[in-house]
Amino acid sequence: MKAKKGDWVQVYRVVLEAGERAPQVPEDTAKVPLEMKVKGSLLEDSAVPGDEVTVETAAGRTITGKLVAVEPPYDVSFGPPPPELRTVGRELRKILAGGGCRHEQG
Amino acid sequence: MSRADDYSSVMARRTEIMRCSVGIDYGSFSTGKLAFDYERMMAETGYPLDEVKRIQRESNVGETPLIELKNLTALVRKISEPGRGARIFVKDEANNPARSFKDRRASLSVHNALMKGYPGVVAATSGNYGAAVASQAARKNLSSIIVQEVFDSRGFEQPEIAEKGRACEAYGSEVLQLSVGPELFYVFLLVLEETGFFNASLYTPFSIAGIETLGTEIVEQTRELTGRDPDAIISTHAGGGITTGTARGVLKAGSPGTRIIGASVNLQGLHMASDRDFNRKSFTTGHTGFGFPFAVWPDRSDVPRNAARVLRYLDRYVTVSQGSVFYITEALAQLEGLERGPAGNTSLTAAFSLARTMGEDEVVVVNETEYTGAGKHPYAQIAFARKMGVEVFRGDPSTEKPGENIVIPMKPGQVAASEVDLDRLRESYVKNACKILGEEREITPADLDFICDDARLDRGRALELLTENGVGLSLGRKEG
Repeated sequence: MKAKKGDWVQVYRVVLEAGERAPQVPEDTAKVPLEMKVKGSLLEDSAVPGDEVTVETAAGRTITGKLVAVEPPYDVSFGPPPPELRTVGRELRKILAGGGCRHEQG
Repeated sequence: MSRADDYSSVMARRTEIMRCSVGIDYGSFSTGKLAFDYERMMAETGYPLDEVKRIQRESNVGETPLIELKNLTALVRKISEPGRGARIFVKDEANNPARSFKDRRASLSVHNALMKGYPGVVAATSGNYGAAVASQAARKNLSSIIVQEVFDSRGFEQPEIAEKGRACEAYGSEVLQLSVGPELFYVFLLVLEETGFFNASLYTPFSIAGIETLGTEIVEQTRELTGRDPDAIISTHAGGGITTGTARGVLKAGSPGTRIIGASVNLQGLHMASDRDFNRKSFTTGHTGFGFPFAVWPDRSDVPRNAARVLRYLDRYVTVSQGSVFYITEALAQLEGLERGPAGNTSLTAAFSLARTMGEDEVVVVNETEYTGAGKHPYAQIAFARKMGVEVFRGDPSTEKPGENIVIPMKPGQVAASEVDLDRLRESYVKNACKILGEEREITPADLDFICDDARLDRGRALELLTENGVGLSLGRKEG
């Protein structure tokens, strides 16, 4: 997807390469780079994903990086109600409504 | 002349960057090799309680409802010995503007930034605090930048942190989203240096002073609703702020008998800086990965002297399992009609367990709720955990293995808080203090007093522990 000047885009850059990680990080983390993503308005006239571009962020800073998304959505969801939780409310209501010995219901 | 921006050069400038970005000369409070005057620091750099109340009222922060959870209390009594089952109340902090208690901290930090003439604020946080800072900054016409740890090397974003990033952007923040690693702090320093913005750290005296109102409000509201002081207040413990601030407020409200209890989600066994472990946990805060290290050495924070010092205040510290918190979060929605975020319900889960051991006439207060939303919800977390290879099933939550499975209790009686031995934490604290001394093997009487206050140790035990670590007390001024 092509982006034009002023479009809200996301850029990506590597902050620290795998060999430059802090000495205290565990082995698995040391093997991968420290990466960063940030969103802002595209300053170039036009660009396509993969281009090195500059954005102006919400705080007014300019940051360069590789264009990775144009008008990226917020796509995190609630997901499906898991079966392990779906019946909890009914189970607890039954205990609340029940009489009898207090210990048997715990 | 341009500055070197490589990792070690920037880290070497951290003290100066911190001094400029926080505006506190921490060195001026030092009273020994280890010791500093905590109360003087709080008094001289924080804000007095009446001023905090005024600032928060102006910011629409605080004065949230205290709600009695009658159905959860009834449920506790159904599964307790006769005469047991304390009344459970919750402070509904999700009613703050950015929908968590973090607004209390942010309101003070942002107010201070504005008063001191900073053009903007930066916060290093993957939690609710980011949204709180962003919201308060928006109100006060300051720019804000939030630095988050969000995704692993495969690009998978933790759903809860992704949601918090969305909230920050909704309030007009620039959000720097980072992959896993403690070098987030390096990026944070670079941003502070480039912008000259205020470091809205979670751990400044402003931030902690902002929470004291939570303690005073709880005592006042509990008195009004029940005619007694709270017997216990339970807070979700991570970096120590909410516990410290609440406890200080409780003392200021004149309720020294209230027991202060911390609760964390048990994530023992998972490495907090591991790229692999990052997405194998379903809680991003309020867990032992922060709770333990910050208790045993508070000054690991992003400011030289952390104003959150929990060992001073904790009477008890317990852990609960991830599955138990999801279960109680579901119970809160289904039995009390309150759909709230899971991380904040860590303390409620502990309260549910501890209330069983307390008398029916006693009152236990949970000091926060937080908002819930897409990603920041048990359903989203369970779906994500499954995607990351974590098993989820009903069973005995005491068998849960963090990172491998999430065990949702079969019945309410299985929700159990596990006691953490505070004496062990005090021992670790002294060990850490001795490490900080380096080659130095003697401390001053002022240091000893400080250790006794900071780890709540009596003098005899403190001296014993110091000796075990090869450190002695210098009785007078060093000769030669």
